[in-house]
Amino acid sequence: MRVLVIVKANADSEAGVMPGTELLAEMGKFNEKLVEAGVMLMGEGLHPSSKGARVRFDGKKRTVTDGPFAETKELVAGFWLWQVRSFDEAIEWIKRAPFDGGTEIELRPVFEMEDFGDAATPEIREHEARLREKIAKA
Amino acid sequence: MTTADAHHTIETVWKIEAPRLIAGLARMLRDIGQAEDLAQEALVVALERWPTDGVPDNPGAWLMTTAKRRAIDQLRHNRMRDNKQAAIDYELQPDAMTHAPDHADALDDDIGDDLLRLIFTACHPVLTRDMQVALTLRMLGGLTTPEIARAFLVPEPTVAQRIVRAKRTLAEKQVPFEVPRGEELAPRLAAVLEVVYLIFNEGYTATAGGDWARPALCEEALRLGRVLAGLAPGEPEVHGLVALMEIQASRLHARTAADGRPILLLDQDRARWDRLLIRRGLVSLERAEQLGGADGGYALQAAIAACHVRALHAKDTDWSRIASLYARLAEVAPSPVVELNRAVAVSMAEGPEAGLQLVDALLEERSLAGYHLLPSVRGDLLFKLGRRDEARVEFERAATLTGNVRESELLRQRAAACISTE
Repeated sequence: MRVLVIVKANADSEAGVMPGTELLAEMGKFNEKLVEAGVMLMGEGLHPSSKGARVRFDGKKRTVTDGPFAETKELVAGFWLWQVRSFDEAIEWIKRAPFDGGTEIELRPVFEMEDFGDAATPEIREHEARLREKIAKA
Repeated sequence: MTTADAHHTIETVWKIEAPRLIAGLARMLRDIGQAEDLAQEALVVALERWPTDGVPDNPGAWLMTTAKRRAIDQLRHNRMRDNKQAAIDYELQPDAMTHAPDHADALDDDIGDDLLRLIFTACHPVLTRDMQVALTLRMLGGLTTPEIARAFLVPEPTVAQRIVRAKRTLAEKQVPFEVPRGEELAPRLAAVLEVVYLIFNEGYTATAGGDWARPALCEEALRLGRVLAGLAPGEPEVHGLVALMEIQASRLHARTAADGRPILLLDQDRARWDRLLIRRGLVSLERAEQLGGADGGYALQAAIAACHVRALHAKDTDWSRIASLYARLAEVAPSPVVELNRAVAVSMAEGPEAGLQLVDALLEERSLAGYHLLPSVRGDLLFKLGRRDEARVEFERAATLTGNVRESELLRQRAAACISTE
């Protein structure tokens, strides 16, 4: 499964303050471990919301609002996309990240085919049943 | 934290740490069977203690320290049993004694090499392919015996037996725990890649049973491939294999209809192909080529797969390039299956008649006698040439040869279509 790991913004990230050398080095090490474990699919940092924009939809109307946006804690400063075997594994990995100072990370499982697979459910069940039968017989 | 929560966490930590743990212990003990036993013992200790003491800050290092203490005891015990007490201090691996428990980073420096040793040992040629696969999934995938059995549709005791035999064989033959060097490296690496690709393919096209793909095995193989690419970054074929798997996996979800029927490559909705995996695959392919590996068997297959994913619509596919890549592949890794694929590409580039000539040249090929894709491809070409009676016979024959229920249904439908359009 894939998990989107969302790094929330804080006053520093919104002010465009880059992380210190030490944190960057530690984060580099952490990223390396993620790559080595085959977990990391992608990861990016985002410019502060002052460089972003929002588009609001009302009927046919489109309203564009330029950043910055006020609610710092709800903003996103960066993200990873991870490939893990379970959601718990993603939590176990993020615990090892070198964040500090009240940083909050949000983890969200990405929808997979299986999550939509209502139509296939009877087939999958049938298959599971056959499988169990097969294993029992063997 | 409840006991159930703690157990849950421990299982998760175990999946992450088991390969590193086993690899580190195997270097001390020079015996991956004993190493796995001790790793399991450390797991048992964790299951006893963590629910009451709490999960340690660095659970991986904790497991390693606990297991290493036991490994040292084991080594002492072995020496005593062998009545060579005096040799203990001398013969102990220095790192076993000097690494302090909390020096996780120092351990990390060696662990990559240990993991590589573990992969090469699990795929050692003294083992049968079945043993290599089981051992690799168990030691490097952290999969349990029941999980492996489920994935490969074999009974649990069979898998358990393969693992026991594999460990015993490695111990009896005194297979060294090392990364092969020099001339030995290329064939040994090829064996490792074959095991990984076999795991991938087992997931990609289930050879038996009702479903078309078992994505979890594909994901595990991809993970192993990515890990391997990190451990051996200078080996072009590793990147070639990763490229091939990433690109193939990008089509995983587009290959099956909602009702479970397979959808063939050219009929797939390309919007459902996974662009992220495609991009990753193309990057790996580029790396393989930069390292001088464009002519590697996996890199060539990846380059062929890349031709498909680069085409936005099926009709845009560069079939003459695919045909020439298959021709090159037929030189590097000649096989009737490659030749059959080349025939398909040629038929797409130059027309069904040209393809049929190549296919007909394969009819006497004994190794393809029971291969369903030969009559399936031949049926398709005959169909396109309007020779429907002959096509129907081929589709029916193909349907009886495939072990995949879904594929068989598809082939029978094609056979039926030969009649209904007459």
